[in-house]
Amino acid sequence: MMLPSVGAGLDRVDGRHKVTGGARYAAEHNLENMAYAVLVMSTIPSGTIRSIDDSAAKRSSGVLAVISHVNAPKLNQPAQPAAQTQQQPQQPPGNFAEPKLIPFDTNKVAYVGQRIAVVVADTLEHATRGAELVKVTYDETPARVDLQKLRGEAFDRGKSHFTRGDADAALAGAAVKVDQIYRTPHEHHNPMEAHSLVAAWNGDHLTLYDSSQNIFAVQRTMAQFFGIPKENVHIVSQFVGGAFGSKGSTWPHVIIGVLASRMVDRPVKLVVTRKQLFFGNGHRPETEQHVVLGANADGKLVSLIHDGISQSNDVCTYSERFTRPTRMIYAVDNLRVESPIVSLNLPSPTFMRAPGENPGMFALESAMDELAYALKMDPVQIRLVNHADVSPEDGKQWSSKSLKECYAQGAERFGWSRRNAEPRSMRKGRDLIGWGMASATYPAHRSAASAKAVMKADGTVVVSSGSHEMGMGTATVMAQLAAETLGIPLARVRFEYGDTTLPTAPISAGSQTAASVGSAVFGVADALKKKIAELGGVDPATMTADSYHDIIAKHYLSDVEAQFDAHPPEKEEYASSAFGAHFVEVAIDEDIPVVRVQRMVSAFAAGRVLNAKTATSQYYGGIIQGIGMALLEETHLDKRYGSYTNVNFAEYLVPTNADVRSLDIILVPEEDPHVNPIGAKGIGEIGIVGVAPAIANAVFHATGKRVRDLPITIEKLM
Amino acid sequence: MQPFDFVAEHEVAPAVKAGSRAAAKFIAGGTNVVDLMKCNVEQPQHIVDINGLPMTRVEQVDGGVRIGALVRMADLAAHPSIVKNFPAISQALLLSASPQIRNMASIGGNLMQRTRCAYFRELTWTPCNKRNPGSGCAAMEGENRQHAVLGTSDTCIATHPSDLAVAVVALDGVLTLRGPNGERRVNATDFHLLPGSTPNIEHDLKHGELITSLFLPSARHAVHSAYLKIRDRAAYEFALTSAAVGLELNGSTIRSARVAFGGVGTKPWRARYAEASLVGQKATADVFRAAAEAEMRTAVARGQNAFKIELMKRTLVRALTDLAGGVA
Repeated sequence: MMLPSVGAGLDRVDGRHKVTGGARYAAEHNLENMAYAVLVMSTIPSGTIRSIDDSAAKRSSGVLAVISHVNAPKLNQPAQPAAQTQQQPQQPPGNFAEPKLIPFDTNKVAYVGQRIAVVVADTLEHATRGAELVKVTYDETPARVDLQKLRGEAFDRGKSHFTRGDADAALAGAAVKVDQIYRTPHEHHNPMEAHSLVAAWNGDHLTLYDSSQNIFAVQRTMAQFFGIPKENVHIVSQFVGGAFGSKGSTWPHVIIGVLASRMVDRPVKLVVTRKQLFFGNGHRPETEQHVVLGANADGKLVSLIHDGISQSNDVCTYSERFTRPTRMIYAVDNLRVESPIVSLNLPSPTFMRAPGENPGMFALESAMDELAYALKMDPVQIRLVNHADVSPEDGKQWSSKSLKECYAQGAERFGWSRRNAEPRSMRKGRDLIGWGMASATYPAHRSAASAKAVMKADGTVVVSSGSHEMGMGTATVMAQLAAETLGIPLARVRFEYGDTTLPTAPISAGSQTAASVGSAVFGVADALKKKIAELGGVDPATMTADSYHDIIAKHYLSDVEAQFDAHPPEKEEYASSAFGAHFVEVAIDEDIPVVRVQRMVSAFAAGRVLNAKTATSQYYGGIIQGIGMALLEETHLDKRYGSYTNVNFAEYLVPTNADVRSLDIILVPEEDPHVNPIGAKGIGEIGIVGVAPAIANAVFHATGKRVRDLPITIEKLM
Repeated sequence: MQPFDFVAEHEVAPAVKAGSRAAAKFIAGGTNVVDLMKCNVEQPQHIVDINGLPMTRVEQVDGGVRIGALVRMADLAAHPSIVKNFPAISQALLLSASPQIRNMASIGGNLMQRTRCAYFRELTWTPCNKRNPGSGCAAMEGENRQHAVLGTSDTCIATHPSDLAVAVVALDGVLTLRGPNGERRVNATDFHLLPGSTPNIEHDLKHGELITSLFLPSARHAVHSAYLKIRDRAAYEFALTSAAVGLELNGSTIRSARVAFGGVGTKPWRARYAEASLVGQKATADVFRAAAEAEMRTAVARGQNAFKIELMKRTLVRALTDLAGGVA
């Protein structure tokens, strides 16, 4: 019965819309009588607003309103979500990013860039000018902005402390030790599409076009803040132009835009500017990580300690759990980890592509390379020696694990066996050549999701679930899954998403969309097939692509509908993660040591591949973002002002096409009968995990210099 | 952005007249002035669109080539006589900005572009002597990895961002300026000014004056020239360091040399000490290194930009080595 639709490298179904401009993103909705809102940002890192002089702004052409804590109505206090970590994608009730700083509720300033006022006008230009004319005075208080200086005040917000055995005692008996500090800087998601919305009230009903990874949480958040039933809130998020975690929470601008619309009694469009995006829509926080490895002479780890600090603030609940992967990647009996935060007067951090895993694996996989060199072992071999055959965290069997195959196939394709391990031993012309590798991992998350399927008498079916399409290929693979399960051609299936009138779907984060929504789509397609088979009095196994039409027509029905709620099991019997391995070649001119990645081979095993083409694109995206992290990306912080300085695309460097040469992705086949009904683990995040250490390890191999703070820029190698 | 009025002119004289009004500003490609208006660094009340002026030709003239100020960067980079006779100019243009910007931006505007110093661009919370004379320099002790090490003063260390200007000063370009009082010529090397105590005054262009053309004199060191740019990202980034070099060789002896530096100077940096140390010498690595040392003697580091001093030396050595090797 199966048609070969799943797994095939099919073009994305929305590709044509995107390249022809037919896809409408949030800010591309234009409503009658719509006004425009522009945010005003705080210019001090800590203190209170003494006064807001809006007289010039109000006199400025076209300005309809200037709204701030001075004149904003009291909003409801939302229920506080549990501490945010990447392992617990936010649960109901809401997902407001800064629960301790309700927009326009107070004169308190917690960081530079805080949204302290908004100007609404008849055009974008008038609103922009009005926002410039708002004059704010402050009473400034001493700001806390220096992570390193305040490390003594770190505390474990995320309950990250975890031990196994006695790492400190075991370390004393280790034959070889590595003990190093690794640093990662502030980084910003910088999705191509800025955060944006169009809000429209009709009585106490709200329609909100929002660029979001989590529309149902936005719906609940709006209902809470504005004191209306959630049924009155309609969120539409049809296309999202990238997010990487930055659109997983409701940020203050959404509350402000909706409030502005209510106050001026007109639809309001609000687009966060590129500069503003650097200050109040999340970032990956700076980390300082300490890794201690103790090993026997044969490379077997006997002790692993990973701790350190990262930046957060008082107004959000986020903590960067960079020790998460350390708990499960290698078999080591004695382990101690902790990832406390230091609360600073800086914007709120949030999850950014593979939060925790990505910065954590930079430190750990760099340290493993250092250990390999200390022991004169091959970097792949030392990882095989410490391979975790069962989950180190709980002793459970893996639902599937093909990490060894990833190492083997990646190494083979790359030509790893030809590597001369000696640093500075490989050259090409003026360039030092370096080969490095690192492991990748990301957990297989899954949340509850629901789906609906309606088949018409002509045999076409609309499957729907309020999930999100941020470029991952959701719309395409869900249609493929439904087509396969029903045994009908893909052309007869359409998948609808991005709308809160559809069945509930979870946040599209934590690489869980395929597993969560995919299980619901599989379930609903299967239910629909059985329902129609039953109607026709036939065995579902005998249904063909043409059976549906015949049965529905025979019963004079216009359509047949099925609903399905998919839930992960209460208790997981197996441990589940995706795994991979990156192999990198860098070329570094000895006199002018700019690092250029020449080629990468990356092998991933993440269960069943639903669409080879969109999956490969996901991996490309993660790897390219990893190249950026390794070599280019850093948001510079001027600690005197508590402000970021390179807040534009000319100076916040992300890779260009010229920075990306050969990327070779190996999709290692992996059957997983346990992880979830469709057998697929997430792939959105694992691509970036391990790229930075693989490059750093290659840089060491090329130059003999170990760079432990990212990004690896020219001056660190001179 | 401050409100402004807008007029498009099609002849030079009325354009100059319109541009002579107080708080008037010319616009060509707009890639820099609009950007600076958006962050309120530029607050003109009158915008004079000069795109219709007859300054769009590249012409062979006595002793060289004359380039209209409105020629687009992409067009000049691809112009056969520029590629052949002034390769450093073509290369500098192609290594600038992005294709989209090169399609829009004019040659005159490129020479007029202003620094990327973050403190210059941020009005709200940082002092800047260039933007607001006497307010102080936030870059001096701040995020200054991109900042200048040559030609700095106690008031300003902002880097001149243009690649083209570096190649132009190396190859003895001459600008024709047209103002209310007629036309005058100025050597490109004298056009941009050191910050000294007046970093707000960046060039020798009076209010209302317009760059109408750029003349590049023919020379053997222009035909045999190159531009090398070092940057973190492989495309679309301002230079960490760059060198425009031109050599006329007699066998392996350097008869004449033209050298200018980018990414390190408060203005496009003609490296006359380096040139003097090269002329008459053999084209060897030691000679190149000595030339670099001679020019960088006066360099002053301010923290994060210290690496640029050594990097600039290596950049020059590499540029000269490759250029000399190309002849041998």
